[in-house]
Amino acid sequence: MVDVRSGLGEALPPPEVEDVELYHPHSWWTRYVFSQDAKIIAIQYATTAIAIGMVALVLSWLMRLQLGFPDTFQLVDAEAYYQFITMHGMIMVIYLLTALFLGGFGNYLIPLMVGARDMVFPYANMLSYWIYLLAVLVLVASFFAPGGPTGAGWTLYPPQALLSGTPGGKDWGIILMLSSLIIFIIGFTMGGLNYVVTVLQGRARGMTLMRMPLTVWGIFTATVMALLAFPALFVACVMMLFDRLLGTSFFMPAIVEMGEQLPYGGGSPILFQHLFWFFGHPEVYIVALPAFGIVSDLISTHARKNIFGYRMMVWAIVIIGGLSFVVWAHHMYVSGMNPYFGFFFATTTLIIAVPTAIKVYNWVLTLWRGNIHLTLPMLFALAFIVTFVNGGLTGLFLGNVVVDVPLSDTMFVVAHFHMVMGVAPILVIFGAIYHWYPKITGRMLDETLGQIHFWITFIGAYGIFFPMHYLGLIGVPRRYYELGETAFVPDSVHTLNAFISIMALIVGAAQIVLLFNLVWSLRHGREAGGNPWRATTLEWQTPETPPPHGNWGKELPVVYRWAYDYSVPGAPEDFIPQNQPAPSRVSHEAAS
Amino acid sequence: MAVVVILVLLALGSVLFHVLSPWWWTPIASNWNYIDNTIIITFWITGIAFVAVVLFMAYCVFRFRHRPGNTADYEPENRRLESWLATGTTLGVAAMLAPGLFVWHQFITVPEGAAEVEVVGQQWLWNFRLPGADGKLGTTDARDVTPDNPLGLNRNDAASLDDVIVEAGELHLPVGKPVKVLLRSVDVLHDFYVPEFRAKMDMVPGMITYFWFTPTRTGTFEVLCAELCGVGHPQMRGTVVVDTEDDYRAWLAEQQTFSQLTASSDGDSTATAVAAATAQSEAP
Ligand code: HEM
Ligand SMILES: [Cu+2]
Ligand SMILES: [Cu+2]
Repeated sequence: MVDVRSGLGEALPPPEVEDVELYHPHSWWTRYVFSQDAKIIAIQYATTAIAIGMVALVLSWLMRLQLGFPDTFQLVDAEAYYQFITMHGMIMVIYLLTALFLGGFGNYLIPLMVGARDMVFPYANMLSYWIYLLAVLVLVASFFAPGGPTGAGWTLYPPQALLSGTPGGKDWGIILMLSSLIIFIIGFTMGGLNYVVTVLQGRARGMTLMRMPLTVWGIFTATVMALLAFPALFVACVMMLFDRLLGTSFFMPAIVEMGEQLPYGGGSPILFQHLFWFFGHPEVYIVALPAFGIVSDLISTHARKNIFGYRMMVWAIVIIGGLSFVVWAHHMYVSGMNPYFGFFFATTTLIIAVPTAIKVYNWVLTLWRGNIHLTLPMLFALAFIVTFVNGGLTGLFLGNVVVDVPLSDTMFVVAHFHMVMGVAPILVIFGAIYHWYPKITGRMLDETLGQIHFWITFIGAYGIFFPMHYLGLIGVPRRYYELGETAFVPDSVHTLNAFISIMALIVGAAQIVLLFNLVWSLRHGREAGGNPWRATTLEWQTPETPPPHGNWGKELPVVYRWAYDYSVPGAPEDFIPQNQPAPSRVSHEAAS
Repeated sequence: MAVVVILVLLALGSVLFHVLSPWWWTPIASNWNYIDNTIIITFWITGIAFVAVVLFMAYCVFRFRHRPGNTADYEPENRRLESWLATGTTLGVAAMLAPGLFVWHQFITVPEGAAEVEVVGQQWLWNFRLPGADGKLGTTDARDVTPDNPLGLNRNDAASLDDVIVEAGELHLPVGKPVKVLLRSVDVLHDFYVPEFRAKMDMVPGMITYFWFTPTRTGTFEVLCAELCGVGHPQMRGTVVVDTEDDYRAWLAEQQTFSQLTASSDGDSTATAVAAATAQSEAP
């Protein structure tokens, strides 16, 4: 225990790696555009991710208009609807959330939080961003290609993804989608190796692994997982491209399309599903673990209390990360795979619920006897817990193989995954933006605008996705661009759909408030100072705010304690920075 | 403080919505009320957990919100509490998993003597095949699919010849008899889904999948496709009619067998030509 919180008695280990000279930019271009500074790269990643995310948001409006008012607006036909769900889903999951959490927050926070000057391979880090940008451009190009983007659903299941009944199947859409994913993975790997090696090799003296803030643990574990999971998607994409372009049959059995025999044979559509979900399930946690980590730090900082059960939290992150590689087929209970797999995957899936629940308990127990400041980051953290618990609990329905049978492929699933991996992580992103914006820009975001943004987003998003579960319970399938006349669906469902759509429009519009706030506060925000939240972690202790290239000035910081010395009894202030040696005698005694 | 009120309202509102809203599953028409029961157990356990967590949070925010002079406790760990909670959660999870796996075992164990029917999906309609007098379905291959053999039956397999084929029509089933539904597709993935039966399963080209159930009441039920299969996905509808035994037999007697169908498409006798004409006018 003592070694986690403070290591007074021990001699500080000598630095493992000598402080290195960083690359010095010579021009505006190398300083701000082709920059090798992780903080600039982070901002580039974040801006690109948010920009493409706005496209996904607008697509969701169009889809909701179609679902809510199928006969009023003729904006979207069947083809467009399927293209939109595909692009919306893929953009949200990969190009927004993955890129923003790892490329954005990872780049900004890892070096600062572990006390490094930069990522260990700055050049590869820079390449990583530009390759990501290329992937985004290839993806966007498919909107303008003949035939438009693919409408195969974000899961891209063959054979339909490659056939003419699906938009883009025989045109450019699917080719560009697969190419874009391949490019994304190449770029991500360059960034990901950086994050991992920086955490393992670039930490400041005294920053043991068990003293790292949970944010770093979350991003680190997620990155390791991504490096292991993305290759499965990579090969699946390459094989599928071969099927489409070279006429191989990895995933294509003998097929009769509209009465015509196709020259395919012998392949397995289910093999693709296994590869896809071997990536796809860990992907859920690649998005969730950084959110878990970040929200832990937000709660601890703004409740002025150490995170409850730090070591348990670290182990829970690691265990969830490991287990999430053996649950993938819970997405395939009704895929036609060997039904006996169901026993195994239902069991592993429900086992994951235990470490996940422990995380939730520890967050709320951190609030217990805290000194809770209801700042914007704290509000978003509370909202995260609500939506995450809600979405996590509905996961127990879908993970429990036999319960999944009636619910799978219905709107229940759509509601579940939006709650747990759409809304919940995005709420954390918002909280994190309000929390770290002062460090990134030196100014606070506007509080009133933030409150408006928070309340509409939280209540609105819950109002969209909570009732949606019941559509699925009735039996409304997902990916239906119109329900038409369906005997078992009562008329009231159309009213509910209209309600959900109106909420979706409002919530979407509320994001404009955030965007405005981000721009407006750059100039007009209140001056933040170096450590406005009175936080303990290293990024708040930089000599300058915003931190310049190299972060720390002359001397690298030295770490004397864990990241959670809030409200230590006897200490003069209610927080002790990680790099402060002084009154730690007190905390040391309190600990023993 | 507003956040305390909202959290409480949200927890209670969700429960009220669950209880009072008109949106609930469609009345069941199969033996899988075990599934419904497992869902109910899961609703109870998860519902209690959800309300408990949200209300506890609301209480913490109310009780421990920042006021001048407040300080937080310093309590890094509490082994006992943590293991208590972990144990409780494990028990709750086990209480859901155990019945779930039990019912799953039933779900995948087809009872002896279940009747077999085959559903064949293609973009974007449903075909059905029932074994003929021999009680056996003949073998098939997607490569054998031709305009006059749309399901790809093997002409050299004697068991095929008397198979009853329903092209893009209704499937009838007798009430109270367990049936094993064999699923096949000739083009892309589809999924045979009748909400009232609670069961569904993907249809995968190149393989045969299955599920079983026992229809428990007569009536007409809509078949939906539950796996994205291209632009016609939401329009891919079919009908299952659950009949009394007598009605079922009467319906079955009217259906065409494979050999009748092939003979009629050769069109060499007036009788079969008439049958062909009827078959065509039936097809929508
Ligand atoms: C206000 C915000 C959002 C709204 C209104 C919205 C709406 C929708 C709608 C209407 C669909 C199609 C449902 C269907 O017909 O099956 C959909 C699908 C999807 N959404 Fe969202 N969404 C939102 C945010 C997000 C976020 C943040 C994510 C990130 C994880 C996300 C991920 C997905 C995915 C993966 C799909 C599935 C696409 C597919 O079926 O292939 N959405 N969303
Ligand atoms: Cu279909
Ligand atoms: Cu379909």
